[in-house]
Amino acid sequence: MAQIICKNLIVGYEGQVVRDNINFVVNKGDYLCIVGENGSGKTTLMKTLLSLQKPMGGEIIFGDGLNANEIGYLPQQSTIKRDFPATNFEIVLSGNLGHSGFFYSKDDKELALKAMKRLHVDQFKDRCFRELSGGQQQRVLLARALCATQKVLLLDEPVSGLDPKVTAEMYELVKELNQNDNITIIMISHDLNDALKYATHILHVGSVVFFGTKNDYLNSELGKQFVS
Amino acid sequence: MIETLQLYFQYPFVRYAMLVGVLVALCSSLLGVTLVLRRFSFIGDGLSHVAFFAMAIAAIFQWTNNMPLILAVTIAAAIAILCVGETTLMKGDAAIAMISVTSLALGYLFMNIFSTSSNLSGDVCTTLFGSTSILTLLPEQVFLSSVLSIAVVIIYILFYNRLFALTFDEDFSRAIGVNVGFYNLAIAVIIAVIIVLAMNLVGSLLTSALIIFPTLSTMRLYKSFKAVVIGSAVLSVLCAVIGMLTSIVVGTPVGSTIVGVEIIAYIICVIVGRVAVRT
Repeated sequence: MAQIICKNLIVGYEGQVVRDNINFVVNKGDYLCIVGENGSGKTTLMKTLLSLQKPMGGEIIFGDGLNANEIGYLPQQSTIKRDFPATNFEIVLSGNLGHSGFFYSKDDKELALKAMKRLHVDQFKDRCFRELSGGQQQRVLLARALCATQKVLLLDEPVSGLDPKVTAEMYELVKELNQNDNITIIMISHDLNDALKYATHILHVGSVVFFGTKNDYLNSELGKQFVS
Repeated sequence: MIETLQLYFQYPFVRYAMLVGVLVALCSSLLGVTLVLRRFSFIGDGLSHVAFFAMAIAAIFQWTNNMPLILAVTIAAAIAILCVGETTLMKGDAAIAMISVTSLALGYLFMNIFSTSSNLSGDVCTTLFGSTSILTLLPEQVFLSSVLSIAVVIIYILFYNRLFALTFDEDFSRAIGVNVGFYNLAIAVIIAVIIVLAMNLVGSLLTSALIIFPTLSTMRLYKSFKAVVIGSAVLSVLCAVIGMLTSIVVGTPVGSTIVGVEIIAYIICVIVGRVAVRT
């Protein structure tokens, strides 16, 4: 069974439909890129997938042992407060909250350290989050998402604001997580070329909604229109 | 000077005042970290005016034990601002500003129209600046204040990790299954309680200072959340004690003296923070 199935999903907020007729399936190990122009409903769809808001119609079915709160989430950079006093370890630890009690257990702490090592940010453990560069901050937040889940990661514009070298490193890390650790990746991106380089499946959200494998997309009318 | 203090400490009401002062300073600094970092610094100001309004109503009906009424009204306002505010069209800051001035104006108006007191401006001044009120606390008020303060500290420690996550990134917390709505409600109630308690100490106009200053000061010095929380709790208690002792010895109003000490502490922290960055 698939991890996530969206059937005739209608997303929107405050009673306004932003996008309807969204159908797609995510299987374990997939690398799905959600592309579309600004205002096409990518972010609204993402919030609906994360259960931050309710679907206005249709349904989202979670399966294959995945629960709704087991999607690790990497938010867009702009939503994080820049002056926040917190060490990177404190931030990564907070990824455990979905499955921890009042206080963090020894396992939680080990998991956080392991995730930081995995993303090469363990040397910044006791440094302040706001002192890191944009790319390092993204990796810390990715480590936090790994504490929350080992199943599905949802990345919202993970490379916006990063320079080309750091962008390439970020994509490589995500690819490794996908291929070596078999973590399903759902990535929102407005950069089609990068999306096509790594993704196995494409969901194009716009006046026409397209879902299919990368090759299907490249051969479709829509894909030909957008990929130059 | 020490003799003056010894003399004063023989009176139980001075000891009560110190006890309540320390507890209130502790609680307000703890929640202050969350409020400042979530950009809710002004909520203390708004809610303390609501508390002033409730106090004015209580004064009209001449209820001496006015805490339950003030608590109820302030908690209702806090929930309205923090929880309902998210979903309505009005932005949080506009809602706070509106509730704040409305309750201040109506509170003063009602006191003026219905008051039976011969010294109206004195009463108003006391409520706003808390000049002597902490020294006139009734034993049951001291008891209620202590119980509420200790409850706040215990709740804070138990939910510390969740408060951190919520403060840092609300959406992420919600996505991994933290019941954000419940915690926002809890925070609103606790803030209201702290503001009502703090009003006894520094009066309604200066309550904000107790909440924001310790956090703003320690944020200059520390880089981890835990250090900021512990640091601001220690600093807040220290400032409150120094302020209260000074006001006893010199005879200045308690509230403004404590806030004065907080301001000095803030300036020291800014300077130390700057020097530490350079070296």
